[in-house]
Amino acid sequence: MGYAAQPGCLHQTHYPTCRAGTKQRIPMRLDNTTALITGASRGLGRALSTALALRGARVAMVARGKDALNQAAQEITQQGGTVYPLCVDIADKDQTYALAGAAAALLGPIDLLIHNASTLGPTPMPLLLDTDCEDLENVLATNLIGPFRLSKAIAGSMALRQTGTIVQISSDAAVSAYAGWGAYGVSKAAADHLSKSLAVELEAHGVRVLCIDPGEMDTQMHAQAVPDADRSTLRAPMQVAEQILALLAAPTKSGTRWVVPAAADGAEVQR
Amino acid sequence: MRPATAPRKRRQDTRMLILSPQTGALTDGTIDDLPGWLSPGDLVVVNDAATLPASLHYRTAQGLSQELRVVRIDESATGTDLWVVLFGSGDWHTPTEHRPAPITVAVGDVLTLSPELSLHVAEISPLSARLVRMRPAQTGTALWSALYALGHPIQYSYLQEPLMPWSVQTVYGGRPWAVEMPSAGRPLCWQMLAALRRRGISVVTLTHAAGLSSTGDAALDACLPLPERYDIPESTAQAIALTKAQGGRVIAIGTTVVRALESATRQAVAQGHPIGTVRAGTAIATLRLSADTQRFVVDGILSGLHGPGESHFDLLSAFCPAPWLSQAFSHADQHGYQCHEFGDVELIVPAAILSGLQTGHAHHEGRAHTLGALDVDLAV
Repeated sequence: MGYAAQPGCLHQTHYPTCRAGTKQRIPMRLDNTTALITGASRGLGRALSTALALRGARVAMVARGKDALNQAAQEITQQGGTVYPLCVDIADKDQTYALAGAAAALLGPIDLLIHNASTLGPTPMPLLLDTDCEDLENVLATNLIGPFRLSKAIAGSMALRQTGTIVQISSDAAVSAYAGWGAYGVSKAAADHLSKSLAVELEAHGVRVLCIDPGEMDTQMHAQAVPDADRSTLRAPMQVAEQILALLAAPTKSGTRWVVPAAADGAEVQR
Repeated sequence: MRPATAPRKRRQDTRMLILSPQTGALTDGTIDDLPGWLSPGDLVVVNDAATLPASLHYRTAQGLSQELRVVRIDESATGTDLWVVLFGSGDWHTPTEHRPAPITVAVGDVLTLSPELSLHVAEISPLSARLVRMRPAQTGTALWSALYALGHPIQYSYLQEPLMPWSVQTVYGGRPWAVEMPSAGRPLCWQMLAALRRRGISVVTLTHAAGLSSTGDAALDACLPLPERYDIPESTAQAIALTKAQGGRVIAIGTTVVRALESATRQAVAQGHPIGTVRAGTAIATLRLSADTQRFVVDGILSGLHGPGESHFDLLSAFCPAPWLSQAFSHADQHGYQCHEFGDVELIVPAAILSGLQTGHAHHEGRAHTLGALDVDLAV
């Protein structure tokens, strides 16, 4: 028996595809959509929260730093968006289960879960042989275990309702090895693979799981990782957020990994 | 019967006693056998309410620690109300009925639980002075963050260790509407749910705000379950209609699902819809199940094990003659089954599902026990 997907969700069904073209501005309204976004106080997470909330989605914004989070949430509220700031460290087990409960209480069933929060570990980023094992553990706690725990707490409800999208924000460092990016790269490669495995297991239950590499953006995180970068060459997070939304609205196949290109106004599937 | 004193590490290890409501026949099994006892075209309905950290504490002006258990949350345009039951000092090691009486409160009192949460006493229930409606000073994100920061799951005196928030969840919990875990669904894991769906047995959901199982206050306990909120998705209402039209059976995972569906169909009939129809949407369930309850929607049930004298035993007698339920309970007791929230389960499914005995059942190693002739009126 097949049932219609819930109204307002970002996708209706899965089609194999290799390109999500996004030439036009996205007209879509997302009034009945609920989203939970981690790392939402700055950079891409904040931009995604804004882009979703201004289309009518109700968004749980999650971040560690209370002041920055409340500030970001307030600005979106002033523009007419409905957001719920939840101050949580995604690496903390107790806080993560509390987050899943509070978000579901405030939003109802969650349609879109975006794992955007991540940590680089210590900066400047050390070579692997100079990296403390405890620092690697901490990076994995925030970038891998925490998101897994949050997925576990939320994806079961999605699978039962046979609708929903989980997005892992990935990085070029998940695919290519760069000196100094070892701990972060390992965590991102593992998170990608976790997402693909989850996609395989959830495919029969109508839940879509995607990895999206947003590319280089003008964010605080980028400045920490590459302090001497030429910021004029970096894209604004808001532009990337729009590209990601277009990708999510397209019938992208679960389990695929997408790269948001710097130049084009679209995204390409990598594998 | 021996209670399970800790949550099982592996949900699949839960034992399942299968009881035929037509013959009283008993079969021992495990939860892994569930798909084999159902048929393609049957429909499994679960309650996806996640379990709240419903136990809160505050200190009185005299420094006494008192417990509040949230029994119901009412959300309206004017704000959020918490109905709570007051408990006296002491902790979960003491059975509720042995706890000292709580300090009473009066309308207008303010209970300060922390700088992040204070509750104004808005109403005392006529049912009991211990049942109180509280209006939190906080709303929205601040309220829910505080509830999750301060609250703990309701604990049970028979447990070895206090329960953590993640120990009282099903694998599919969503909105935190349940005050106590909808425990019949706890043995289900995703391996099982996927196996059901692969076999052509749909698994759909509703959300039902399961309330307190006991308060230790006889007057109040006699009123349980209180009216409870439920929400039935449109897709579930459609699935039920389709299943009924095609002759499949509707199997409820737990009594809360029965309460929601049988309440919903009565409300639908009251609005002029046909018997057996379930209307999608949110409403309040007031129906109290008993042997006299006529079922219009639910054909079978997976439930915890309950003996005579327990309130849930009466609920189950809506599915099976009470003498056979008693026999099943005695059998389970003698064969080492465990009861209570983290214990074993029983499956009560009517006739056609017994085709599972011949078809999907070859792997099954359980033994069938046929009861002797019982003086039972099957029309009960």
